Amino acid sequence: MKDKLFAVVLRHPVLILLACLVLTVIATAGAKNLVFKSDYRVFFSEENPQLVAYESIQNIFNKSDNVAFIVIPANGDIYTSEHLQLLNQITTDAWQIPYSTRVDSVTNYQHTWADEDDMIVEDLVTEGQPLDRSALDRIREIVNTEPILLNKIASVKGQVSLVNVTVQLPMIDPVAEVPEVVAKVREIQQKYMAENPGLEIKLSGIVMMNNSFAESALKDNATLIPIMFGVVVLTMLFLLRTFSGTLSTVIIIAASIMAAMGMAGWSGMFLTGPSASAPTMILTLAVADCIHILSTMFYEMRRGVAKRAALLDSLRINFQPVMLTSVTTAIGFLSMNFSDSPPFRDLGNIVAVGVMLAFVFSVTLFPALLMVLPVRVKETKEDDRDWTRSLAAFVTAKRRILLPGMSVLMLLLIGFLPMNQLNDDFVKYFDTSVPFRQATDYMQDNLSGMTLMEISVDSGESSGINDPAFLKTLGEFSDWLRAQPETDHVSTLTDTLKRLNKNMHGDDQSYYRLPEDRELSAQYLLLYEMSLPYGLDLNNQLNVDKSSVRVVGTFKNLTSNELVSLEERVQDWFASHASEYQVMTTGPNLMFAHISQRNIKSMLLGIALALVLISLLLGLALRSLRFGLISLLPNLAPAAMGFGLWYLIDGQVGLGLSVVAGMTLGIVVDDTVHFLSKYLYARRHRGADSVAAVQYAFGSVGRALWVTTFVLVCGFMVLAQSSFKLNADMGFLTALTILIALVVDFLFLPPLLMMFDKTKIDAPAKTVQGVQR
Amino acid sequence: MNLTKPFYLLMALTFLSSPVLALTPEERGLEIAREAKQRDSGWADMQAEMLMVLRNKQGEESVREIRIKSLEQEGDGDKSLTIFDKPLDVKGTAFLSFSHPLEADDQWLYLPALKRVKRISSRNKSGPFMGSEFAYEDLSSFEIEKYSYKYIKDESCDGGACFVVEQYPVDKDSGYTRRVAWIDQNHYRVWKVDFYDRKNSLLKTLTFKGYQQYLDNYWRADLQQMQNHQNGKSTELKWSGYQFRVGLNDADFNKNTLKRAR
Repeated sequence: MKDKLFAVVLRHPVLILLACLVLTVIATAGAKNLVFKSDYRVFFSEENPQLVAYESIQNIFNKSDNVAFIVIPANGDIYTSEHLQLLNQITTDAWQIPYSTRVDSVTNYQHTWADEDDMIVEDLVTEGQPLDRSALDRIREIVNTEPILLNKIASVKGQVSLVNVTVQLPMIDPVAEVPEVVAKVREIQQKYMAENPGLEIKLSGIVMMNNSFAESALKDNATLIPIMFGVVVLTMLFLLRTFSGTLSTVIIIAASIMAAMGMAGWSGMFLTGPSASAPTMILTLAVADCIHILSTMFYEMRRGVAKRAALLDSLRINFQPVMLTSVTTAIGFLSMNFSDSPPFRDLGNIVAVGVMLAFVFSVTLFPALLMVLPVRVKETKEDDRDWTRSLAAFVTAKRRILLPGMSVLMLLLIGFLPMNQLNDDFVKYFDTSVPFRQATDYMQDNLSGMTLMEISVDSGESSGINDPAFLKTLGEFSDWLRAQPETDHVSTLTDTLKRLNKNMHGDDQSYYRLPEDRELSAQYLLLYEMSLPYGLDLNNQLNVDKSSVRVVGTFKNLTSNELVSLEERVQDWFASHASEYQVMTTGPNLMFAHISQRNIKSMLLGIALALVLISLLLGLALRSLRFGLISLLPNLAPAAMGFGLWYLIDGQVGLGLSVVAGMTLGIVVDDTVHFLSKYLYARRHRGADSVAAVQYAFGSVGRALWVTTFVLVCGFMVLAQSSFKLNADMGFLTALTILIALVVDFLFLPPLLMMFDKTKIDAPAKTVQGVQR
Repeated sequence: MNLTKPFYLLMALTFLSSPVLALTPEERGLEIAREAKQRDSGWADMQAEMLMVLRNKQGEESVREIRIKSLEQEGDGDKSLTIFDKPLDVKGTAFLSFSHPLEADDQWLYLPALKRVKRISSRNKSGPFMGSEFAYEDLSSFEIEKYSYKYIKDESCDGGACFVVEQYPVDKDSGYTRRVAWIDQNHYRVWKVDFYDRKNSLLKTLTFKGYQQYLDNYWRADLQQMQNHQNGKSTELKWSGYQFRVGLNDADFNKNTLKRAR
């Protein structure tokens, strides 16, 4: 059947070209539906327990998505009349940001004070009123003694302050809403920076982070994909020395990427940070198919075979291995469907489709193109063969050293694997070239971090937050949390109540404590709430029933483990001090802190399944269960070694890396397939012994393996240059794993085969030891 | 050929539409507001009970019980007294408000736990009333001078044929750029109001249900539902026990006697 296909392809290349063109165009048209979803929540599946808890807290209180304008005056002092008026204007303008529901700044802070028997509630800085030295000093004094503001809205040194805008995205069109907000935010930023030379405004906050996911990925695709194409073109021109072959390969790659992305669009997928790296991956993986077909064809042509016959030969020889490697690669990527994080499922599916498309194109469109384009080859001897021969000679000669040596090295590297730390800090998903990261780092250094933990404490009864016992507990907890070494800021209702109590007693400082009477506290709050203007109410701290309260802690940059341990300490505090209240801890940081662990657990099943499927396929393809089993070792070891090496390089494993094992499994299997099939061919059909068979395998596929590995490593190293660390780390570790796989296949697999295949013992592990003895 | 026929037709059209043509949309809007105010004048004083039900996006609910007394004022905003019965920890709290069409309202709150009357600062009219989705300005009496107007179109609504009128708050402390009101053409009752926030995006929708006529003249709704579109919260006001002309006077709306308000 496949012969018939090849015959048709070679006889009617133009027809095939047209057919592929039409199909590609139809598929690619779906790309118009492919839009970027700028929302960190896409990383969590709907059933993710941390997301569910977070969403319910957000529904009970108000949403806490925000944009933070970090406003830095040129002279390093925010307490000047001009600068405070400027902050006032920025605050007013910030209300014009789409979906804004609240704006907090130094100037609109609702300052309360006693005036004889009345309580005055007003903006700390009134609009349009020039301030003299004593007024400025008074404002500074108020800010520096107000726990709500200090270290959150304004710094202790007074050189920087925030205008923090709470944004409530309707989530009707998540693709358009974030850019809409960001456009207005940047307009305000640009306007004030242009009007006030020396003034600096940096932008941070969840909305800016969400936006960076999209911008970072799009910027990546605009730079990395062209670089990758450049790498492919140069590699092919240099190693295979063919223009037509290179052009055809580029066309196959482009068609595979466009059709795969288009089909993703047709299926209604959104683009996200991880799935946006699909084109780079497809690009990398599609090259291998073409290289295999081209090298066999050129090999034949150099021996003087005509183009058409050489191509037909190449297709016949390569069809099965190319199909097999494509299928195993696709299976590896499909294992990502077990990921707990939807963007990685999408990535796996898009790449799997792309890889299969690349296979289809490389046995139809590719030969058709080669038939139409002129291909000329000089009849020469392949001098590079000497290089693979000498490697083969080295491996066969030193096999008694290589096998134990490699085994020790492998075990050593794998030994480091469990020492990796799980860590997902979404701020560090972006490298320091991304403005969001710069702004957030600055904020961390001068004000407070972006690590938030929302702690909701439920009293269990309507209006129960006014119960003096509850308030006492809440006050003690707030003090405790504030005393923790990692804490930058705590926002708590008890500060407000203490201040109101003081105001109600003629600003007597000795009354800066919690009211001891339930009615008193309820009525203070009522009075205060009735005095607040739009958007500055307490609804972000209290639920409608006043039965529960939300405390927000802001912390220094914490690793996932540190954050989870802090969360445990918070829960422990309540368990031992006030177990009668129901406490929930949530927040984006905590969600990310838990995701890697969840993802790794869910991916393990995916990897196991992929492993079983791939081994079955290998066993079938090699027509030997035993060799199928042997191949497991060189297929599994590289990922484990890669992670071990990763510990020595970085040591922090996040969401992006948790899918690498599954992903690389399908890729590294290719090397083994090619090597083993040639080895077995020699053993079965040429009567070679294991040493001769190893030499034959090196000679026939050694070069192709290293060329494809080179291209793959280059491709994933290009991805490793991404400013989006999730993708960069994923790219780097994948490149590392693929490189390790080649080393294992060249230096470990052949000695293993030579030892094992001679003694003919069934269990491979015992064989190795038996031989060494 | 009869050339006069189109001329007569034109005359007839001009005549028929002249009341409309004579008024700009702004004038027409103002006229509707005047008519509505005029029809709702003369009730003198009233009192009623109100159940306020707050709901958040998660479906949690909270109930407040409130009594309200109002005194109609000629040439000024009405005086109103609000007494809280529930939640229990604010029971007996009384809120007195003298609303003014253009200046800030005068407001006092009596706190029984403190046994004191406290004045409330005035910039708060855009703020939420008791943590609900109603702002003060949504609850205070309707005065013509509070807004400028623009008639938009006729449209059918729950109250039959309605005018759709845009109202633009005059006070810069208002939380809205505009309100769009649906007012029925028969009785000039408000059926629906859309509120647009300071950046002119839809913030809330208020709907009125169960209008009843009192004293053969004054229409009051039994139910007011406010839905906040931005945060997903909602508040219902369920009115009952409407009584008109019960003999309230200025002495009942005095900050010095607020302590004794029952």
